[in-house]
Amino acid sequence: MKSSVIIFPGSNCDRDMDVALKKFGFKNTMVWHNDDKLPKSDLIVLPGGFSYGDYLRCGSIAGKSKIINSVIDFAKTGGLVLGICNGFQILTETGLLPGVLLQNKNIEFICKNVFVKINDKNNKYFNKINKEILELHIAHNEGNYFCTNDELKMLEDNDLVAVSYCDEKGEVNEKSNPNGALQNIAGIFNKEKNILGMMPHPERMIDKYLSGEDGSIFFKNLINNIK
Amino acid sequence: MKIKVVVTLKNGVLDPQGKAIQQTLNGMGYSNIEGVRQGKYFDLEIAERDEAKAKAAAEEMCKKLLANLVIEDFKIL
Repeated sequence: MKSSVIIFPGSNCDRDMDVALKKFGFKNTMVWHNDDKLPKSDLIVLPGGFSYGDYLRCGSIAGKSKIINSVIDFAKTGGLVLGICNGFQILTETGLLPGVLLQNKNIEFICKNVFVKINDKNNKYFNKINKEILELHIAHNEGNYFCTNDELKMLEDNDLVAVSYCDEKGEVNEKSNPNGALQNIAGIFNKEKNILGMMPHPERMIDKYLSGEDGSIFFKNLINNIK
Repeated sequence: MKIKVVVTLKNGVLDPQGKAIQQTLNGMGYSNIEGVRQGKYFDLEIAERDEAKAKAAAEEMCKKLLANLVIEDFKIL
């Protein structure tokens, strides 16, 4: 299985993602933002970081970069596109996913482990995953998901809220909401569920000695679903 | 010609920075400040002499990049 990770100036989780993808069997290629063609891929990843220094709005400049048109074409033909953290922000700025990531409610950069509840398994990312709750890492200043009431209704009616922040028992409530996100939303799909954007970083949870292994579960499951 | 653009958050969209600025102003003794909303200001230098055309171009730029219409409004001054 082939994957590509796009590197923007200011991306800083690109190599972690490369390590994670290779560890679980992807043949990964790093792609520079100024390229205009994507290598043949089964999965495109927009990694975390601070593309273009978060200038203007997080993800807005990357959302107009040269490579992004190929990513949009790939996504529109059903290709799998995963955006993590800044990658999620870029996906909303391109319009591939609805809504926007606002500054955290408490105006603090949050860097900690959180639990997320998997809401939908009828997709390539979470199908056959044998857990309901994952422990993942978040590190962001703008993770407060916001969208219009109509968009929220559309997301909920179509089971497009992929993951929600919860406590370790799976309770989704205000206390388990780290950043003020609408309805504790941590990640969403597009209508066809080939695009997933989420704030938590699975690539940071792939080593049982360093962090945890719920990211390993995510990647192992993902590659098995693509095969 | 120069076109000035102001981008502001829509009503109802949380503005934690504005809130923090307001609280600081209140703390400095400006007790009459009841709200602060922070926005962005752009000076666009456009190679165009026709004001209407320049403003139309600026509007397109606002819609495509300078403002995120999910959360922001823009004004061309």
